[in-house]
Amino acid sequence: MGDYPSSSTNATAGGSGVTGRHARSAGTGVSPSSYEPPIGGGDGLPKKARFSMESGFRGLSTAAGAMVLVIIVAIAIFLISKAVPALRADTVNFLSYKQWFPNDADPKFGIAALAFGTVLSSVIALIVAVPIALGIALFLSHYAPKRLANPLGFVIDLLAAVPSVVFGLWGRDVFLEPVRDFSVWLNHYFSWLPIFGGDGPFGRSILLGSLVLAIMVLPIVTSLSREVFQQTPGMNEEAALALGATKWEMIRTAVLPYGKPGVIAAVMLGLGRALGETIALALTLGTVFSISFNVIENGGNSIAANIANTFGEANATGRGALIASGLVLFAITLVVNMAARAIIYRRREFRDSAA
Amino acid sequence: MSLLDRELAGVVMTPDNIRTKKLSLVANLGVAVAAFVIAAAVVLGFGIGNWVLIVVLGWVFYLVGLLYAAGRVEGRRAARNRAWKSLIYSACILAILPLASVVWTLVSKGVGRLDGDFFGTSMNNIGARDQNGGAYHAIIGTLEQVGIAALIAVPLGVLGAIYLVEYGRGKFAGTVRFFVDVMTGIPSIVAGLFVLSFWVLIVSPWFNDGNPRFSGFAASLALSVLMLPTIVRSTEEMLRLVPGPLREGAYALGVPQWKTILKIVVPTALPGIVTGVMLAIARAAGETAPVLLVAGGAAAINFDPFNGNQSSLALFVYQQAGDASKYAPARAWTAALTLVAIVLVLTIAAKMLARRNSLTR
Repeated sequence: MGDYPSSSTNATAGGSGVTGRHARSAGTGVSPSSYEPPIGGGDGLPKKARFSMESGFRGLSTAAGAMVLVIIVAIAIFLISKAVPALRADTVNFLSYKQWFPNDADPKFGIAALAFGTVLSSVIALIVAVPIALGIALFLSHYAPKRLANPLGFVIDLLAAVPSVVFGLWGRDVFLEPVRDFSVWLNHYFSWLPIFGGDGPFGRSILLGSLVLAIMVLPIVTSLSREVFQQTPGMNEEAALALGATKWEMIRTAVLPYGKPGVIAAVMLGLGRALGETIALALTLGTVFSISFNVIENGGNSIAANIANTFGEANATGRGALIASGLVLFAITLVVNMAARAIIYRRREFRDSAA
Repeated sequence: MSLLDRELAGVVMTPDNIRTKKLSLVANLGVAVAAFVIAAAVVLGFGIGNWVLIVVLGWVFYLVGLLYAAGRVEGRRAARNRAWKSLIYSACILAILPLASVVWTLVSKGVGRLDGDFFGTSMNNIGARDQNGGAYHAIIGTLEQVGIAALIAVPLGVLGAIYLVEYGRGKFAGTVRFFVDVMTGIPSIVAGLFVLSFWVLIVSPWFNDGNPRFSGFAASLALSVLMLPTIVRSTEEMLRLVPGPLREGAYALGVPQWKTILKIVVPTALPGIVTGVMLAIARAAGETAPVLLVAGGAAAINFDPFNGNQSSLALFVYQQAGDASKYAPARAWTAALTLVAIVLVLTIAAKMLARRNSLTR
């Protein structure tokens, strides 16, 4: 820094990005006329420059941090601004109508069937995936020998990185056949249950989409909960074992309660992933606009898959309608994610977590 | 691990081996064989299914039989322990089956079109009956879009993380941190819609005589929205691992804070930051939905990310999957294999780098 009285020599550097707050605080510090050196030789220190690299860099990084908030708000604003004209043009109730004809002269579209399909497929996916994922996580953290657990954990992490379009392609080209056979079998023996009823055709159903989603969510939930289980304090485990607990009783009384918030957060994050999943569902669902709990008949649709499927032929109103549906999806995932994060944050008060 | 493991390696002191009576391996196998024989008899006898049902039913019978047999010999608690152990092991096997099938299909179907033609040509003038055609244009698109997205997101993300770790105090920093975490969960399609409504429909008409225009750059914007929170999170974690005395040493020598950050803190954490960036890039490279919405997709080679439609590998897979041509699936699988190879190479390299990182938790 420069000499004390002439601090303006290096004042030009890094002027950009300085916020008003910083400029003010630097300016009102001490004015040279009324300056009295504090006891202890404080006048040897350089005076804070009005515009320095320091305040410039601080302003720059603060602006970068604020960018995140700006983006989140901008997403909401721009989606709303494009969705409102389309919603005005909608001739039916957006929230309760089931069909999707936004490109007609009198646009008719509603989110009901899509939102239902999104939630149903995600929930089924989680019901399938979470117990299995917790099983693998426990296997990796407490049952498998280290030599097996480390590479297997690495592979699971890699699978979490495989793009969803690959899972979608696999679901459509390979997994469809076994699921169709399974659906026919379910329908043959359990058609008295409404969810397995119907007359077919079977295959490209909610079941297929949910199972593909489950396979995609599995690695994510597994790797997060494995981390949580591994962090269980050894003392707790040893205490349980010392009291004569079997291995399972040790897990039930020490590991699971300790990992519960982390597991809940992992599940919620998996749910967020499943709700927003686009391409895998666009390739596997039967794209039928109806609200039905029948999981094996051709059909099912989701908000994201509908956007990918119908975006190509959408006109201005159609695009607005899709953006409106995206807004609903944004709101749903925002709530789920904020809930998950709130759970993690509450836990952080006790100890630092990696989740 | 536990104290017992450390002190008495190899000796597992659970009630299982302190107790004298134990279910022998022979009895265990006997239960298994009996379960599967009964299952086969039931299934084939009634004609209600094929071998899959036999396996599933046999597994259920085995669990029940194990619970009963172990319960008689070892007691209820030990039996439960055994049953849960079997459940956990079978969960692992059950999950590995589909994942292995994905990998196997990817490789076996993907090598079919793995030739020079695939990497050297585009889909321009390729009709439904043409066997050739390739993904050159899509690879170009992926590289350019992801590259530009990284150029936008990396400086922003690293600076944001610097703010959170070095400068951010109080409520505002807490809010930023919370929303970075929330932003991690934004669906990719929503990011695509955001850029569609913001860039393609509102900003791009200014440059294009009032007509909205798709471009690779728009896809980059969407991808950078997706990459940003990942980069901030991983960089923040890495910066927090830099020991405080390093900073204090620099301050004591009279180095200003910004110089300390740029010359001491960031270089120390650099391997970890690069790891996070590579993971974010790998994730962005696999995104289909935003590219589909804002880049439009194209069959021809387009090197200019700012002008005209572009494709990407992930989008190419999706489009070929929806194509009616009988040669399209082969192209889709080969493109998927290429995409997975790119993503996995990035991910593995990132993890290797992370392993060599001297800053550890």
